[in-house]
Amino acid sequence: MIGLSAIRARPTSYIAGLLVALIAIAAVFAPLIAPTNPYDLATVSILDGRLPPGGQMLDGTVSWLGTDGAGRDVLSAILYGLRTSLIVAISSAAIALTIGLAVGLSAAFYGGRLDTILMRVVDIQLSFPAILVALVMLALLGKGIDKVIIALAIVQWALYARTVRAAAMVERRKEYFEAVTCLELSNIRIIWRHLLPNSVSPLIVLATLQTAHSISIEATLSFLGVGVPITEPSLGSLIANGFDFILSGAYWITFFPGAMLLATVAAINIFGDQLREIINPRLAK
Amino acid sequence: MQSVVVLFVMSLIVFSMINLVGDPVDMLVNPESLPDEIERVRRDFGLDQPVYIQYWKFLTGALSGDLGNSFVFGRPALTLMAERFPATLELAVSALIIAVMIGLPLGVYAGLRPDGLGARFIMGLSVLGISIPTFWLGLMMIILFSVILGWLPVSGRGETAVFLGIESSMFTLDGLKHLAMPATNLALFKIAMVMRLARAGTTEVMAQDFIRFARAKGLSSRRIVRAHLMPNILIPIVTVLGIEFGTLIAFATVTESIFAWPGLGKLVIDAIVNLDRPIVVAYLLFVVALFLVLNLVVDIIYAVLDPRVRLQGDEG
Repeated sequence: MIGLSAIRARPTSYIAGLLVALIAIAAVFAPLIAPTNPYDLATVSILDGRLPPGGQMLDGTVSWLGTDGAGRDVLSAILYGLRTSLIVAISSAAIALTIGLAVGLSAAFYGGRLDTILMRVVDIQLSFPAILVALVMLALLGKGIDKVIIALAIVQWALYARTVRAAAMVERRKEYFEAVTCLELSNIRIIWRHLLPNSVSPLIVLATLQTAHSISIEATLSFLGVGVPITEPSLGSLIANGFDFILSGAYWITFFPGAMLLATVAAINIFGDQLREIINPRLAK
Repeated sequence: MQSVVVLFVMSLIVFSMINLVGDPVDMLVNPESLPDEIERVRRDFGLDQPVYIQYWKFLTGALSGDLGNSFVFGRPALTLMAERFPATLELAVSALIIAVMIGLPLGVYAGLRPDGLGARFIMGLSVLGISIPTFWLGLMMIILFSVILGWLPVSGRGETAVFLGIESSMFTLDGLKHLAMPATNLALFKIAMVMRLARAGTTEVMAQDFIRFARAKGLSSRRIVRAHLMPNILIPIVTVLGIEFGTLIAFATVTESIFAWPGLGKLVIDAIVNLDRPIVVAYLLFVVALFLVLNLVVDIIYAVLDPRVRLQGDEG
C-alpha cells in the first residue's frame, strides 16, 4: 500500500516518521530511559526543588532540564508524562474509531431512516467545538484517566463516522459490491469482509491527525485541572504544575514539557500530512 | 423546532448526568460540620429530592427564565453569567479582529506567490500555529512579555471605560495592555485558519477568467487584488468566521484561565471544579443556544450571499 520508495522520495515524511517513532519509543521505555523515577517518593527530595537545568541533585544525578517545586527531575517527569498523554490519546482514538466505523458503516449500508438519524446526530455534534464537548463530558463524568479517555472518544467518534460513511457510500456504488450483494451473503459478512476493508484507507490519515489533536485537547483539559488526576500527570498537568512558578522565573518547569508537547503534536501532524499526500497524490497541491 | 428539541434533550442529559458526579454538599460545607448541619444544607438546595423532581423544578424555572441559584455565590446563575459575558465577548471580538488583520494579508500573499519562499515560510508557520498548544504559548507569552520584559500585566481585565454606551477595556490604555496578550493568544488558532482559507481562496480566484480579463485590461495588480480578488475570497471567510465565533467563546475558557480574565469561561471552569451544578448547567444551555443561533445566522447569511442556496431551498 505505502511503498518504502514513496517514503524515501519524501525526506520530510521520513524525518517526521522517525521523530514519531522516537517519541513513541521514549514513552514506552520511559522507566528504563528516565534518569530518576519522579513518582518514587523514596528518592524524590524536596531539597532538590527548583534546581535550574544542568543542576546536580543531592544524590549526584545531573538534572539536565532542572527540577520542579517538589524536587522531581523535569526530564524524567516529561518521559513519564508523555506516556500518560500517549496512552490517553491512542486508547481514545481506538474506541472512537470502533464506534465511528460501526456507525458509519451501518449508516452507509442500511441507508434510509437509520442513515438520516445517525448523520443528523453526527452533524449536531460536529457543530460544537471539540474542546467544549470534552469539557462538558468531563463536567458530567468527573475526574480520572478513564473518564478523559471516554470524553475524548466521544469527542472524536463523529468525525470518523462521517468519513467512513462517505468512503463506504462510494464503495457501495462499485461493481464488486453489486456482485457481493447478488451472492446472498449475510449483511454482517458483507459489511465485515467487503465494505470495511475497502473503506478504511481514508481513516488512516484521519486517525493520525486526530491523535495529535487529542493529545492537544487532553493537555489543555489537564492544564485546566479537569483532565487526568495529579497522581498520573500527563504533559498538560506538568505544564499546569509549572504555571505556579513562572512568575518567580523558574521557566523550565513549564517550558520543557510544553516543548515536548509541541514537538510531539507537530511531528504527528506533519507525518499525517505527508501520509495523506503519499496515499492520495491528487491532494498534494 | 429542531433547535428547541436539541435544547430540551441537552438539558435532560446534562441535568441527569451531572447529578451522578460527586456531592456538591461536600464542597460547600466545612468538613468539620455536624451531620445535621450537612443535612440542612442539602435540604436548602433541594438536593435531598429525587433527580426527576429536581429536574422538574429546574425545567419549570427555566421556562420562566430562572436557571437556579449558584451554590457557591448564592445568586442567580443567569445574572452571574450576564455579568461575566461582556468580558468574554470583548476578548472574542478582539481576537477575531487580530486574526483577520494578520491572517488575511499573509494568506493572500501566500496565495499570490504559491511557490515563493515567503509563501512556504508562511504555510510552515501555519502548520506550527495549528500544532502549538495555545495554552502553553500563553504561558510563554507571560514569561517573555511580563516576567522578562515587564511590558504587559499578567492577569485581569484592567480599567474599563464607557464609550458609545459600551463598557469595555478597549477604550483605556491600561485596558488595552491587559487585553493584548489574552486576545493575541486566543487569536492564534484563528490566524492560522484565516491564513489557510485566504490562501486557498486566492489561488482559486486568481485562476478564474475574470482575473485574466482584468489583467488584459491593464489593471494594476494592486487594483486587481483590491477590487476583484478581495470581495470574492471574503464571502467564505466571513461565513466561516461566523461559525467559528462560537469556537472562540468556547476556547476563551482556556485563555481566561491562563490570564485570569474575569469572563464566562473562568466562571464555568471554577464551577466545574467546585461542582457548582446550576452554573455548569446554565452555561451549557447558554452555549448550546448560542451555537444553534449562530448556525441559523450563518445559514441565513449563506442564503443572502449566495443565490444558489436560496434556489435549492425553494426546490426541495
